[in-house]
Amino acid sequence: MVGEFTAMASPCEVLIDDCDPILAKHILQHVVRECRRIERQFSRYRNDNIVHKINHARGQPVSIDEETFKLLSFAQTCYVMSDGLFDITAGVLNRVWHFDGSDRLASEAEVQSCLPLVGFDKIQFNATMVTLPAQMSIDFGGIAKEYAVDMCAQHALSLAPHTSVLINFGGDIAVSQPRKKQTFWRVGISHPDPRQTEPVMVQIARGGLATSGDANRFLIKDGVRYSHILNPKTGYPITAAPASVTVAGENCTQAGLLATLSLLQGNNAEAFLRAQGLQHWCIYHQ
Amino acid sequence: MQLTKSNNLATRLATATCMLIGTTPLHAQEVNNTEAWKFDTAILYYGETDRVSLVEGIFSASKNFGDDRIFTGKLTYDGLTGASATGSVPQNMAQTFGRPSGKGSYEVPANTTPLDDTFRDSRVQLNAAWSQPLANDMTGGIGLHISNEYDYLSVGLNGNVAVDFNQKNTTLSTGLSVQYDQIDPVGGTPQGLSSLPLYIESEVYEDEYDDDHDDHDDHATPSESKTTVDGLFGITQVINKRTIMQLNYGFSIASGYLNDPYKFVSVVDDTGTVQDTLYELRPDKRTKHNIFWQTKYAMDNGVIDVSYRYMLDDWDITSHTIDSRFRFNIGKSSYIQPHLRYYTQSKADFYQPFLLESSPLPMFVSADYRLGEMDAITVGLKFGQSLDNGQKWAFRLEYYQQNPKNAGFVEPGQLQAQDLYPSINAVIAQLSYTF
Repeated sequence: MVGEFTAMASPCEVLIDDCDPILAKHILQHVVRECRRIERQFSRYRNDNIVHKINHARGQPVSIDEETFKLLSFAQTCYVMSDGLFDITAGVLNRVWHFDGSDRLASEAEVQSCLPLVGFDKIQFNATMVTLPAQMSIDFGGIAKEYAVDMCAQHALSLAPHTSVLINFGGDIAVSQPRKKQTFWRVGISHPDPRQTEPVMVQIARGGLATSGDANRFLIKDGVRYSHILNPKTGYPITAAPASVTVAGENCTQAGLLATLSLLQGNNAEAFLRAQGLQHWCIYHQ
Repeated sequence: MQLTKSNNLATRLATATCMLIGTTPLHAQEVNNTEAWKFDTAILYYGETDRVSLVEGIFSASKNFGDDRIFTGKLTYDGLTGASATGSVPQNMAQTFGRPSGKGSYEVPANTTPLDDTFRDSRVQLNAAWSQPLANDMTGGIGLHISNEYDYLSVGLNGNVAVDFNQKNTTLSTGLSVQYDQIDPVGGTPQGLSSLPLYIESEVYEDEYDDDHDDHDDHATPSESKTTVDGLFGITQVINKRTIMQLNYGFSIASGYLNDPYKFVSVVDDTGTVQDTLYELRPDKRTKHNIFWQTKYAMDNGVIDVSYRYMLDDWDITSHTIDSRFRFNIGKSSYIQPHLRYYTQSKADFYQPFLLESSPLPMFVSADYRLGEMDAITVGLKFGQSLDNGQKWAFRLEYYQQNPKNAGFVEPGQLQAQDLYPSINAVIAQLSYTF
């Protein structure tokens, strides 16, 4: 059974193995609700949620709920593990970088003016409060969609402990549990090159799958392609990275982070993924 | 971030993401479920009154290599001494039998069941097994077995597959084993239904008798073998939170040399007096079928385990076994477990406690009490304790009584005054230690 809807600016798809149609409908309802809830709560494009509150507190502490604390803690773990390459405060750099396919790079002065506002280590938080220095902001964009996929897969598992459910939010995928009759699910994920209309087919049996790439957000100057993925430590976009990286992991969030971190390795992306011992697919620009 | 330190980044991220979404990291489990070697040791004493006694030492080692890939190796040593019934009938006067080696003889006093008192052997047995998941909800295993004793060599291979379904509440299992046994009886393999060699007094003559060119090969060939194929199909079903039930069908096809070269049959005249003693002869094929049913019920403070086995074979033996164990926990770390077992079997169609001189020689015959009608009972008690350091010990003491029965054979003359079906009483004691 297939359910489709749109959320998080992506086409969302829920595939459910043979089961009672009433149960399938129930699963779908829960997935849509959970997905919309996470989007509402953690999108930085809204002005009525916790992210907006935190980003507009002007240095004042903001009280947070348990889920926000968990996400902040997780972001902190990723920041530490990646030596600062994964940083949810890096969004400030988008004020000076506009990946519109043009050759207009940000100036050195612009980049330098942003860097003091980047750095997760400048955030103070505990289980109930978070304090962000004024003008800094956080963006859960790098993890929220993958997190939503995993949470939905978890919901599906608790609702239907014996039915395999695949959650696919714009190419970020998780499977609640292996299928009974077939060994894997086959899903199409959109090709990073928008000129390619044929989707890339992938197989997934369990765990999560996530894709990271520069698709149609990039800059090109003097033949160098600047990906929209920014190195928060230098303030500059990465170059020479694959057009897209797809990683199969234990869950979607882990796979997504590893895909992003591998792109940050530039032309070392594949070596990095090989060292992780994870199944991965890299597509390069022609 | 350097590549060198990124090797376990995936694992650490898996742990972090699982914490975030509230699941258990699979990878971390895989890393941690490799367990240390586990050792089981046991020493067992089995002693029949006036007959065979056995001391057995078992050393077994197992290791989970992670992911439920388990190796088990087991070494068993058996030391047997004592005497076992040969199948010959007792008489109202002393009887003399030649030893199986052809050298020397032994005398059986009047009114005494003839026993072969040369029964002394040691056996070393080695088992190795490997089991691992083959697919989701499917487990497979293979095993190897070698056992060797003075006149016997046994080599076996086995394999099994189990599939779980219905949320792991049902398990279907099947197994197959093939075993090859080679027997080299002391003094050569006797020809079935031939007379026992007369005891030869003369040392010189004995040497001649043992000469390679002697004609004793006429009734003795050097070694024999048999092949046994066993198969099993089983279903295990979780009935409820406390009850689990198992139903198995098994078959066993043995072919080759199935005689016991140390078992005889007395030929008596109509006064019941022995005229001749023959080597037994059994068919060279035996097919057994059995059905086994077991139920285990978990109580608040113990376990009830009851099983029943029905066996029938093409030698016409049918048997029933009822086995029950009741485990009662004493405190948190100890338990006491009474054991009660009842066994009954009908005789093989070629079983005869003796042959009549006046009757024609049958095609097959054995007077081995183990093929006759009998019942048996085991009563035992086991005490076990887990120690604070995770080690365990247990002691088991059991009493076993086997009661062979007359399946309607009319005893001529002096045999009426003899006990042709003596009971066997045995004590079993076992001490085991797991660390």
